[in-house]
Amino acid sequence: MEFFFITLLNSLSYGLLLFMLSSGLTLIFSMMGVLNFAHASFYMLGAYFAYQTGLVFGFWPALFLAPILVGVVGALTERYGLRKVHKFGHVAELLFTFGLAYVIEEVVHLIWGRAPVDYRIPESLNFTLFTLFNTQYPAYRAFMMLVSVGMLISLFLVLTKTRIGMIVQASLTHPDMVQALGHNVPRVFMLVFAGGCALAGLAGVLGGNLFITEPGMAFAVGSIVFVVVVLGGMGSLVGAFIASLLIGAIQTFSVALDLSFLDLTAALGVVIDPDSKWYGGLSITISQTAPVLPYLLMVLMLIVRPRGLMGTRES
Amino acid sequence: MKTTMLQVSDLHAYYGKSHVLQGVDLYVGEGEIVSLLGRNGVGRSTTVKAIMGQVEHTGEINFQNQSLSGLESHEIARKGLGYVPENRDIFPSLTVKQNLLLGLKPGQKQSRWSEDDMYILFPRLKERLNAPAGVLSGGEQQMLTLCRTLMGNPELVMIDEPTEGLAPKIVEQMAILFGEISKRGVSILLVEQKLTIALRISQRLYVMGHGQIVFEGSPDDLQADESVRKEWLEV
Repeated sequence: MEFFFITLLNSLSYGLLLFMLSSGLTLIFSMMGVLNFAHASFYMLGAYFAYQTGLVFGFWPALFLAPILVGVVGALTERYGLRKVHKFGHVAELLFTFGLAYVIEEVVHLIWGRAPVDYRIPESLNFTLFTLFNTQYPAYRAFMMLVSVGMLISLFLVLTKTRIGMIVQASLTHPDMVQALGHNVPRVFMLVFAGGCALAGLAGVLGGNLFITEPGMAFAVGSIVFVVVVLGGMGSLVGAFIASLLIGAIQTFSVALDLSFLDLTAALGVVIDPDSKWYGGLSITISQTAPVLPYLLMVLMLIVRPRGLMGTRES
Repeated sequence: MKTTMLQVSDLHAYYGKSHVLQGVDLYVGEGEIVSLLGRNGVGRSTTVKAIMGQVEHTGEINFQNQSLSGLESHEIARKGLGYVPENRDIFPSLTVKQNLLLGLKPGQKQSRWSEDDMYILFPRLKERLNAPAGVLSGGEQQMLTLCRTLMGNPELVMIDEPTEGLAPKIVEQMAILFGEISKRGVSILLVEQKLTIALRISQRLYVMGHGQIVFEGSPDDLQADESVRKEWLEV
């Protein structure tokens, strides 16, 4: 019970972090039709920027500064990169973001080196919030959840209650019409791109010190974020939310479960002889399969329901 | 002679290799209702889209004596050109009211149309105020698109096939609204396939064929010219 509760909390905080990443990616996709391969690179930039600004100003100012800086980089990327490439079609745009991911990674190598940097959880949050039976729950995880939920609520309010939110919603499906009504849609695109990058940056600020801040973090997280977006349905925020929590739970629980398929068959009353040719395969534990589960789920989803859980696009 | 609002000369446009517009010339005067007729695929919609800056083109487009070339769609809209596309393009997930409010341009101060005007013209919209626009019927969606564009106070509104697939009763309502729009000093460029209301409400008509204007004249001229109707309009 205690295991379940703690793992549930962990999966929730991880899932919310994934949503912070995938929400931006999915918004950018539905608006511009571009799958931003560099999205997770902005997550990485968030972590590095937080580390760097944190050295100077401390963690709390960095919590705000780093996402803003990432947002500015995102805005410049859209304005002077993507927008120029746009007229050459989606393939060119895709290649542009693909190249950008490598450029960002190399720049990170140049500035901060290949080894992980010492970006740590701030002292003020480095304590045990509560102890459940024998397991300690760190305050930082709770803080992460708090920030994520706060972000979720503000994103929802901005999109549904403000005029700019209406314009964004309308531009998701009918950008030409919105522009013909006199709204500066290219600027809206830039703001959404910057906003999505800033969200990814915020996720980097929060995740960088909980996990690890190193040049490989973008690719490690990037592939999972794609799984989330495909699973949820490209362009659907609700879908991305459900899929984020789902993948968060699958990854957290599967890593934590130290059961093997042998235990499973044993529970069903079938005991496999160690000499059997099946024994090797069945002794694999669920935690060993953890890394492949999200991708397996994505492949299955693409076969069964290509548009994802909540997606509306056919292609 | 009324002042010219919109003057298009030698307009060319291409879709890939096909030469869709081959030198279109037309003008619309102040408060005038002008129809652009022709069969499907002759370039009527492309003409309107090119004027709105949504299709790459060459040639001169002047609006209120200012050139529109090089301007983006939203800048053209802010100059006072309104556009109601043929596929209606309502924002389906937003409510009727939200759709209308998005018609207001950024920083817009005054308008000859208030939100209440729209509800008086189309009481049906008021009843469905908080319904998502996606659930409206085709006729209601057409009204909504038109009203949304009017909210932005255009000096000239280009309306692409507004009566397509609508019941005669609603078409009648549309015709009345067009009269009302024109009465308030707004010019209309109406794109139609059929002569249904065009002959009745227009001051002048253009007929298009193969990317060019093949006829220009009054409704009476067109009535009299059977060969033009036979060759370019009747199916």
